[in-house]
Amino acid sequence: MKLKKSIAISESGFVFDPMSGESFSVNEIGMEILELMKQDQPVDAISEYFVKTYDVEASDFEKYFYDFIGMLRQYQLIEDNEPA
Amino acid sequence: MNPLKLTIAVTGLNNTDNPGPGIPVIRGIRDSGTIQPRIIGLAYENLEPGIYMHDMVDKTYTVPYPSSGTGNLMERIREIHEKEHIDVLIPNFDAELFTFMKGIEELNRLNIKTFIPTLQQYEERHKANLPEYGKKYGVNVPDSFTVASPGDLKKIRDHFDFPVVVKGKFYDAYIARSQEQAEIYFKKISAKWGVPIIIQEFVRGTEVNVVALGDGNGGTVAAVPMRKLYITDAGKAWSGISLDDTSMLDLTYHIIRSTKWKGGMELELIRTSDNKLYVIEINPRIPAWVYLAVGAGQNIPEALVRLAMGIPVQPMKTYKTGIMFIRYSYDMITEVKEFEKLTINGEL
Repeated sequence: MKLKKSIAISESGFVFDPMSGESFSVNEIGMEILELMKQDQPVDAISEYFVKTYDVEASDFEKYFYDFIGMLRQYQLIEDNEPA
Repeated sequence: MNPLKLTIAVTGLNNTDNPGPGIPVIRGIRDSGTIQPRIIGLAYENLEPGIYMHDMVDKTYTVPYPSSGTGNLMERIREIHEKEHIDVLIPNFDAELFTFMKGIEELNRLNIKTFIPTLQQYEERHKANLPEYGKKYGVNVPDSFTVASPGDLKKIRDHFDFPVVVKGKFYDAYIARSQEQAEIYFKKISAKWGVPIIIQEFVRGTEVNVVALGDGNGGTVAAVPMRKLYITDAGKAWSGISLDDTSMLDLTYHIIRSTKWKGGMELELIRTSDNKLYVIEINPRIPAWVYLAVGAGQNIPEALVRLAMGIPVQPMKTYKTGIMFIRYSYDMITEVKEFEKLTINGEL
C-alpha cells in the first residue's frame, strides 16, 4: 500500500496526479496521512502517531483510515492493489 | 541568429466554440522567436474569427471549399501565391488534406512547402480502416464497421451490445444507447458529412489525447499527452492538462515509427480501468489544443514550419506536466467595412 511516487501534494492540501491529470483536495488530517504514507510509514506507525497526537481511539482511527485508503484506491492514487 | 523571414499560409481560422487549429498554430509560430512570419489566412467562410484578428493574421484570402474540386482550390492558391509568394502552407482541416495531397505536385512546382502525411498514411488511419490499422501495427483499437444506409444499422446487434459510437467519416461522433438513437445520429451525421458512417464499439474509460509531430522517417519530433478537463456539448476540449504518461508516449513513438508518419497528428485514446490504451481515432493534422504543447515546452507549429523548410529539428523529449489550457470566448469589435472588403474582394 504505497502512494504513487508521482503524486504531488502541496502545502495547501492540493493533491495532483500528473499521470491522470486528476486533482483533489484534502484537509489537514488527510495531508498528514498522505505525508506519512509518502514516507512509507506502515499502518501501525501511522495509527500510533494519530492516537498519540489526537484525541482518538486506535479502532476509530483505523475505521476512518481504511475508508480514506479505499477512496485513494478508487482514484488510483495507490501503487499496489493489495488489500490494505 | 536572425529570425527566418517566411510567408506562411494557414487554414482553420474558425476560432469558434468548435475551433479549427489555425489560430493556435499561428500563436505558436509567432511565439517561436526564430521565425519572423507574414501570416496569410485562408478562409472558407466570411465570419471565421481569425480573419479579423489582425495581430495574428496579416492578410486573409477566401478560398473555395475542397468539395468544389482540387482544380478550383489550387487555382485560387496559385492566384494568392502570385501576390504573396507563400513559403509554407499549413492545412489544418481533415476534410481539405486530401485535396492538398492531390495537389502536392502543383504545390511543389510553385515552391510552396508543406509538411503533410502521404496519401497512404492518410488513408490507412481513416476511421473506417481502423480495425485493419490496429492489426497491421499491433495497437488496440475498438472494433467497428461502416454503414451506407439506415437499413444497414440492423447489423449493429450482430456485432455489438449498445451503447455504440456513431461517427462521421471526418467529424462528429455520438454515443447511441439504442437502435432508435443510432438511426437518429445516422441521419444527423450523414446529412452533414455524407456516408459512410462508422459504427464503433464503445470502449469504457477515460479519454486522453496526444499531439505529436512525425518527421516522415519514423522519428517523433514532439509529443505531449493531455486529458480533457472540460468538454463542450460538441465534445471539444474547453480545458485540458498535460500529463506525465510514458505509456501514451510509447504508443505514439510506436505508431509514428511504424508508419513513418509525416506531419502533425492527434491521437485520440481511451484508457480503460485496467490501464489499456485503445486508439479510437488518429487525426492527420495538428489539433486545436496544440497551444498547450507550446505552453508545456514543445513548439510543434514552429518545428513543423522548420521541417517543411527542410531545416532539421532535434526531437523534443521533455515538457512540463500539469500545464493547463482554459479556452475563453471574446467579443471582437470590427467595422462592417472589413466584412464588406472580404465579402466583395475575397481578401482582407
